[in-house]
Amino acid sequence: MIEKTLKGKPAYWIWLAFLGMFMAIGAACYVRQYNFGLGMTGMSRDVSWGLYISQFTFLVGVAAGGVMLVLPYYIHNYKEFGRITILGEFLAIGAIVMCLLFIMADLGQPMRALNVILHPTPNSMLFYDAIVLNGYLFLNVLCGWVILTAEKKQVKPPKWIYFFVYLSIPFAISIHTVTAMLYCGLPGRHFWLSAIIAPRFLASAFAAGPALIVIACLVLKRVAGFDAGRKAMDKLVTIIIYAALLNMFFVGLEFFVGYYSNIPGHKHALEYLFFGLEHHGHMYNNLVPFMWAFVILAFGSIALLATPAARKKNDFLLGLGCTGLFLAFWLDKGIGFVLAGFVPTPLHEITEYIPTANELGITIGVWATGFMVVTLLYKTAIGVEHEIEG
Amino acid sequence: MDKQRRKFLKIAGASVVAGIGAPAVIRLTSNSALASEHGTAAEHEEAPAAGHGQASGHAEEAPQGVRLGMVIDLRRMNENPELLDGAVAACIAAHNIPEFPAEKIKQEVKWIWKAPFESVFTDHSVHHAAGKIKNFPAVALCNHCDDPPCVRACPTQATFRNKLNGIVAMDFHRCIGCRFCMAACPYGARSFNWQDPRPYVKKYNKDFPTRMRGVVEKCNFCGERLALGLEPACVESCKGTGAMTFGDLNDPNSEVRKVLDKEFTIQRKPTLGTKPSVFYIV
Repeated sequence: MIEKTLKGKPAYWIWLAFLGMFMAIGAACYVRQYNFGLGMTGMSRDVSWGLYISQFTFLVGVAAGGVMLVLPYYIHNYKEFGRITILGEFLAIGAIVMCLLFIMADLGQPMRALNVILHPTPNSMLFYDAIVLNGYLFLNVLCGWVILTAEKKQVKPPKWIYFFVYLSIPFAISIHTVTAMLYCGLPGRHFWLSAIIAPRFLASAFAAGPALIVIACLVLKRVAGFDAGRKAMDKLVTIIIYAALLNMFFVGLEFFVGYYSNIPGHKHALEYLFFGLEHHGHMYNNLVPFMWAFVILAFGSIALLATPAARKKNDFLLGLGCTGLFLAFWLDKGIGFVLAGFVPTPLHEITEYIPTANELGITIGVWATGFMVVTLLYKTAIGVEHEIEG
Repeated sequence: MDKQRRKFLKIAGASVVAGIGAPAVIRLTSNSALASEHGTAAEHEEAPAAGHGQASGHAEEAPQGVRLGMVIDLRRMNENPELLDGAVAACIAAHNIPEFPAEKIKQEVKWIWKAPFESVFTDHSVHHAAGKIKNFPAVALCNHCDDPPCVRACPTQATFRNKLNGIVAMDFHRCIGCRFCMAACPYGARSFNWQDPRPYVKKYNKDFPTRMRGVVEKCNFCGERLALGLEPACVESCKGTGAMTFGDLNDPNSEVRKVLDKEFTIQRKPTLGTKPSVFYIV
């Protein structure tokens, strides 16, 4: 089936070349970082995780979001999702590939990465994260490929594959739960020390992941003649709206706990994110514009998507709403959540983090790699669909 | 290699505990069982039982009760600011700690360092102590917690708590540089080598390894010096002043326990349940 990726219109090749260019830039930047060390980034002793880990966290959500297609289709037999479930599985593959690349980019000694397996440490959440992420990647590759092969041969998928399909559902939940546990079990990091982190992650994942699938469907409709079906899209948008509202509700709860309890430790990071935190006469507020953009984009996009006229009749507005929501939750989880956890430091000092150009180059390179993987997989899936239809 | 190194570290720790080293160690622990030069294994085992107040039914077990710790007298440090600077300098010299110029301060590596009281003790109010306490120089270092969150977080056991003496140690050759331990430590005690530290090591000490880029490091309570029967470098640098006292917290006869029994001490962020082994007299 891979041969489907080798034939395409000029636009397809231009798109691949475009991604390839960023991948090359990312690779070159990584060589620089590998040779010098992580001092090439904007990270510091105080803000010891930066863009890499925050992108990783966000993308675990995008990967988990695929389950919002798998679950209705396989558990509730919601037939409308039949055509697009494979898109959810393949998006998950691309997202996990990005996650693993971001982890590798973030390691100080990447050549020792296998120590996580050679010296398994069940008390470390990172150990479980490695297991569930790789497990979820394997399950999606297996299920996606077997089901697509069956489709190509126009036979029913083998019965045994359903075991793995069903298994992938708890795995999807687990990848984001365990990722949340990386943060929410650390004493002394008040912003992360909240039992609501895992559900909040899942809520934003179930909005951002499907939002990206809607955008992909709209693009595929224009460039590849693939129609996901109005009904499927509409159902997907309903899921997105509820999940997005749930995330905003959880954010609000964090505010309540912080400000009503009035415990400084619970307020500091929120203050830093949304209003700026004053310390020794200096105002630290470099994330404030990002966070208000998140709030405005999130509520604006929810309102847009909730308007039947926009959602049902206008592809442009539908795409705009989903893009807005995807961006909003990227700002929330892919920027704010991880960075604010380091403010203030354990010694109540404030160090701000600004990524370097080299770090941005690697980050863009990894995103381009993920989009490349998703593009090639989608090309294959749609090639197969076109073949059996036409 | 890794296994052998770890074995070595453990043996080094064990030799501290068992008092195989030179007399200084014996004095440090000042426990009759540990101090006895011709001490048999049977004698060694009594010490922890006494320390923990446990029944003696587990006499066969290896000594597990030693928990090395420290008391820092900030009054002495305040009287004589050179003591603190000397302790920091001694640590830098003993451990080949790189000293970065001001523009690379974000990449700083520090094992023991000077910080304002309100930064070290973030849970303590300095509201009415403005002038005096607020800028009171305090000192921060790894607390060698009895229940260390960094060890819990580490995915490779590159950082581990030595059961024989309670030291939270690092294996620089196993660390993958994920920096999970840095996020987990509530005391900001850990540093990462953002780049090759060697060019910034001012004076090379051949008795301690330099580190490569990409690994985490922190105070090791001078495990390598303890194995030779020496006190930690910082403690040695303030010898005779009573500013820093080191020893076995579980041994009621140790010097450190005598100080703890006499003085009112505080720990950093005790509410987090990490059980720090470093105590402060303010």
